[in-house]
Amino acid sequence: MRYILNHMVQYTGTRLDASFAALSDATRRGVLEQLGRADASITDLAVKFDMTLTGMKKHVGVLEQAGLVTTEKVGRVRTCKLGTRRLEEETAWLERYRQLWDARFDELDTVVEELKRKEKVHGRKKRK
Amino acid sequence: MDVRRESEHTATKNRTTADRKSERELVVTRVINGPARIVFEAFTKPELFKRWWVPKSFGLSLLSCELDVRAGGTYQLMFSHNGSEPMAFFGRYIEVTRHSRLVWTNEEGDDGGAVTTATFEEKGGKTLLVMHDLYPSKEALDAAIASGATSGMPETLEQLDELVVSLGASVGRS
Repeated sequence: MRYILNHMVQYTGTRLDASFAALSDATRRGVLEQLGRADASITDLAVKFDMTLTGMKKHVGVLEQAGLVTTEKVGRVRTCKLGTRRLEEETAWLERYRQLWDARFDELDTVVEELKRKEKVHGRKKRK
Repeated sequence: MDVRRESEHTATKNRTTADRKSERELVVTRVINGPARIVFEAFTKPELFKRWWVPKSFGLSLLSCELDVRAGGTYQLMFSHNGSEPMAFFGRYIEVTRHSRLVWTNEEGDDGGAVTTATFEEKGGKTLLVMHDLYPSKEALDAAIASGATSGMPETLEQLDELVVSLGASVGRS
């Protein structure tokens, strides 16, 4: 939906350039899709995308810098997950929700203006 | 911010707010430039309601709209997104107080059955509209937010992707 895109453009602000750069690569988009389904280690990702560990580390690094992915090292395994923090998610959701209502109310304004005009024309006769 | 919106009602555009008031409540407010009885009419007459509830920019079409606006009466809205399988939204009016208050249930899907209260408060020919959603539990509201956040993700990425492609193309040209 278009308004979500507008919102993204408005609110991701300075991160946007980094995000675009990160998303301009098919492997990195694939990694994001993969992480959208489940968290994964860098090794898992390297295997899945058939590339070296070093190559995958680079890709994950770019995604991490853009804030699209976070990583956490537990023992010897570095786990990757989508980078949106829960609170940011809620804030972004609320903003989308607000914009949805705002668009609705814009249309409601139009309907109300029209009803007001009609009422003026017909006078306020016979109003209960 | 100095952003002017191009719109036929720029002069009268009021601010919409949306807040999570508590673990279980979402509240949306907006002042509408008209008396409460007119705003109430726009909420309760199907032919008016369907003109504004689904703005064109959403890419959704409202296939049908049945509103039996009285306490205990039901409503049903059928939507379709670009000709896809229709989705039904339905529930029941719990309270109907003419020109001032509407309370209805939301019974579709598994978003935990939120109850919506709309109040219409008239002041000087304008109406303060407050839309209040009460979810049955914190978990239900969290889930509603989480599903909205994740379901938006692939589409948003796809659009970012398109934008990247078009940006790449324009960089190539310059």
